[in-house]
Amino acid sequence: MLYEQFVGRRSKPVKNLVERRAVRKFAEAIADPNPLYTDEDAAKASHYGRLLAPPTFPRTFDYGEIDGLALPTAGLIHGEFRLVYERPLFVGEEILCSMELKDSYDKESRRGLLGFLIFERAGESPEGDLAFTMDDVVVVTEIVRKGIEA
Amino acid sequence: MSSAPDWNAGDDLTERTLPPVDRLQLIKYAGASGDYNPIHTIDEAAEEAGLPGIIAHGMLTVATMGLLFSPYLEYGYVKTFRSRFSGMVFLGDILHVGGRVSGTEDIEEGCLYICDVYARRDDDTVASGEVGFLVYGG
Repeated sequence: MLYEQFVGRRSKPVKNLVERRAVRKFAEAIADPNPLYTDEDAAKASHYGRLLAPPTFPRTFDYGEIDGLALPTAGLIHGEFRLVYERPLFVGEEILCSMELKDSYDKESRRGLLGFLIFERAGESPEGDLAFTMDDVVVVTEIVRKGIEA
Repeated sequence: MSSAPDWNAGDDLTERTLPPVDRLQLIKYAGASGDYNPIHTIDEAAEEAGLPGIIAHGMLTVATMGLLFSPYLEYGYVKTFRSRFSGMVFLGDILHVGGRVSGTEDIEEGCLYICDVYARRDDDTVASGEVGFLVYGG
């Protein structure tokens, strides 16, 4: 299995700020005009009382590095994405983000031997309360694997 | 802003057709997300990677499926989001996003609507997934 020695290892948490301008830019890039992401007055009058971040915004955070684990920079395939929120994510919050290589396994396919790497990312409040987890499945094709093993 | 969702299992979410994918949006998404992989913005890099042209970020397509729920954000939020990629999205592609309510679940915070969602170009599904949209109770 690829990177087997790293399974179960977690990066050192990195402090991320849900920054107002970053949320505005992100909402614009995904063409979501919802005022609850950008308009403070609308947000104040809403159920939430403050500005929100769009659902996939946690993709923009820095989750740190798992010591010694360096994935190839090209040719990886992103197979699947899973995000679970414990609560909404708010503008102005500080979130501690880290990631862990949860699992690594191989599967024979018609296109040769495929490696699957499951990364679990997590975001917590400074008090240690979980805000979300985000899993990513990265698929390593046989050609890319040869580069890793070389 | 829409009124509060009142969905039943089996209901379709109104399909939305998006403007054709253009380079400027991909450049904006690269900047906003920090994903600067040049296969999403630079023709030569895409060609070197064996692609017929630059491709949209997969996570941009996921975010696009999330737009289905944005009109209801006043009433609740996307609590869970799973997706799989099944095709590449190129410049000029017109995507349609839609979905169907597959079930509901009462949880502590309110009602969780489970919805199957997709993004398609004509008959090609480029991404599909499942969203759990929580509508606050009371």
